Amino acid sequence: MRDALGRIQSVLLIGGSSEIGLAIVRGLPRIDGASVCLAGPDRPEMEQVARMLRTEGFGEVRVLDFDACAPTDPHGFVAEAWAVEPDVVIVATGYLGDQATASHDPDMALRLIDINFRGLVPALVEIGQRLKTQGHGTLVVMSTVAGERPRVANYTYGAAKAGLDAFTRGLAASIDHAGVQVLVVRPGFVRTRMTAHLTPVPFSTTPDKVAAAVAAAIGGPSKTIWVPGILRWVMRLLRALPESIFRRLPA
Amino acid sequence: MRNTARPSVDGAHQQDLTGWGRTAPTRAFVAHPAAATELATGMRDHGPRGVIPRGLGRSYGDAAQNAGGNVVCTDRLAGRCELDPVSGRAWVSAGISLGKVIEEVLPRGWFPAVVPGTQFVSIGGAIASDVHGKNHHRDGSFCGHVTAIELVTGSGGQLTLTPNGTDSEAFLATAGGMGLTGVITQAQLQLRPVQTAHVRVETTRTNDLADSMNVLKEADATAHYTVAWVDLLRRGRGRGRGIVTAGAHALPEELGATRSASVKMPPNRRLASVPSVPTRAGVLHPTAMALFNDVYFRRAPARPTTTFAPIWGYFFPLDVVGHWNRLYGRAGMLQYQFVIPDQATDQLIPMVDRLLADGIPIYLAVLKRLRDVPGPLGFPLSGWTLAIDIPVAVANLGPALDRLDAHVAECGGRIYLAKDSRMRADLVPVMYPRLDEWRAVRDRLDPEQVMHSDLDRRLSLVARSSGHKGLLNA
Repeated sequence: MRDALGRIQSVLLIGGSSEIGLAIVRGLPRIDGASVCLAGPDRPEMEQVARMLRTEGFGEVRVLDFDACAPTDPHGFVAEAWAVEPDVVIVATGYLGDQATASHDPDMALRLIDINFRGLVPALVEIGQRLKTQGHGTLVVMSTVAGERPRVANYTYGAAKAGLDAFTRGLAASIDHAGVQVLVVRPGFVRTRMTAHLTPVPFSTTPDKVAAAVAAAIGGPSKTIWVPGILRWVMRLLRALPESIFRRLPA
Repeated sequence: MRNTARPSVDGAHQQDLTGWGRTAPTRAFVAHPAAATELATGMRDHGPRGVIPRGLGRSYGDAAQNAGGNVVCTDRLAGRCELDPVSGRAWVSAGISLGKVIEEVLPRGWFPAVVPGTQFVSIGGAIASDVHGKNHHRDGSFCGHVTAIELVTGSGGQLTLTPNGTDSEAFLATAGGMGLTGVITQAQLQLRPVQTAHVRVETTRTNDLADSMNVLKEADATAHYTVAWVDLLRRGRGRGRGIVTAGAHALPEELGATRSASVKMPPNRRLASVPSVPTRAGVLHPTAMALFNDVYFRRAPARPTTTFAPIWGYFFPLDVVGHWNRLYGRAGMLQYQFVIPDQATDQLIPMVDRLLADGIPIYLAVLKRLRDVPGPLGFPLSGWTLAIDIPVAVANLGPALDRLDAHVAECGGRIYLAKDSRMRADLVPVMYPRLDEWRAVRDRLDPEQVMHSDLDRRLSLVARSSGHKGLLNA
């Protein structure tokens, strides 16, 4: 349960080695000894993260296998993740992939859709039900501004995230009465390992800034946030541009 | 798992609830059963998140909240207040406020044996929190004067518990059990005979915290009711200066001709009510509060003085301002109340100093001496208790209070669960060493673990560890 000071007792991170996800976990106001559950496909890396988190004042840190490419038994997975009732659930799996390959390789294209959207849906359905039942908590889902208007450079990734974004907002509406907050986070270009090979674009940000924005929004009225905040207005403008002009914009 | 979209207690509707501190709201299915039988039926048809009773919502934290579950309000279980004018025993419904009970029994020469600092607590809540009052040093807590409790358990069973009966264990587990043994529907109270509706009050000003402690302890030796208001916004040498009031029920001959020498009811007035304050940090400010404290302190006579006060103003001074918790703004407030045993007396001043050094503004502080109570989850123990009101919108409040928690636990002291909204679960077994004993009795009364609250989940009161919580949802 969150306490009177808004501090959480437990958090579930899907995408257990995601830089942004971990920055959010670390940035949440929490009680000493708060517990963490990391879920992802790369167990060795998550085990290493778990060891670090334990030295940073977290309490119990559990590691669960979860592969969005090959989801099996979402009910069992979420039940296991719920061994400690989470106050915050973060879905931060993300795979940018390679658009050049995805443009001609159907397998790569489908892989992007699976990791960023399709493979998350069964888990999100279960998580939504759990949160609705428990009557408290916040679901944070990492979307992206790339989902708001497709660009040649990353449209498959953007399409998957757009699907995730729409699904999450629908889920939010369906459990809105239950006392649960669902927060869609749309960052711009975030400087992480996933984007290290790319040149940062205007309005780029960092995992810590995303984490700070999420921490500030938890428990409040926000449903969708952009990081940096100005992107809310930039994207509104870009969405309004005619396609002919939008395409001519520098990538 | 049962269907949770369907309210499981008849007529329940979803509602966001908080405690008196107005922090950490959660949503629950809220029902207002009008009879114990209706309640018992509803209890048998609970959802997966269980049930917690709620009286007048005066616990500061999350004791009467149950996220996603059922909350049974006792406001309609308020029909009975039957006094036996010879023995002074009264059967009262759990949902009745203490103020209403006083209005019923005082004109007939009786008064509750123990009253807390507000009349706006329900009888059920007073038992579940085993409240204490200004006479705790003499008379113990509220439940020491409860002669029977009617309880509806999580499985819908109806029990009558007495302190010396066959199931005195269940009585003691319910006294201070934070509503987690079941829903109290009515109780029998042993009242105290009084001859007037006034209190003779001896007021003494004190110079600092050590002086406040000494004067209070001295007053305890002779006075029926004692309490110290201390000024912890005052910096420097006068830190903790205050006003010690020692009271006793006034006798008719003491009251002059101007006052009725009887138990005729003085007016129970609410002078003002605070509207919603839209700002996060409210309208209170440390400097303004320090000024208020200064005026309040100076209004008290410099030399010890005896006056007579109507019972309402003496026992329930804050009740004249309705919704005073709104003064703290949207972010809300918390009350931190701890007790440390006598052998740790020398730690009280360092504890306060540390908080002040951490920059924590303490708007209201009340000092009192307590003694042990028999219940396994009882808060009071023989020593000193300090209750302090703090706005939540204060920087570094979390770490500062966490340090104080650890210090209190180290001294063998504890935090009052009825006030808590933020402590750490792993300190509960340290502060409440009889927790397992309480759990064993509680589990016997409620084997299916139907009774749950946010407080219980946050502090793992019912279930042993956080790892068990998930089983409830499976």
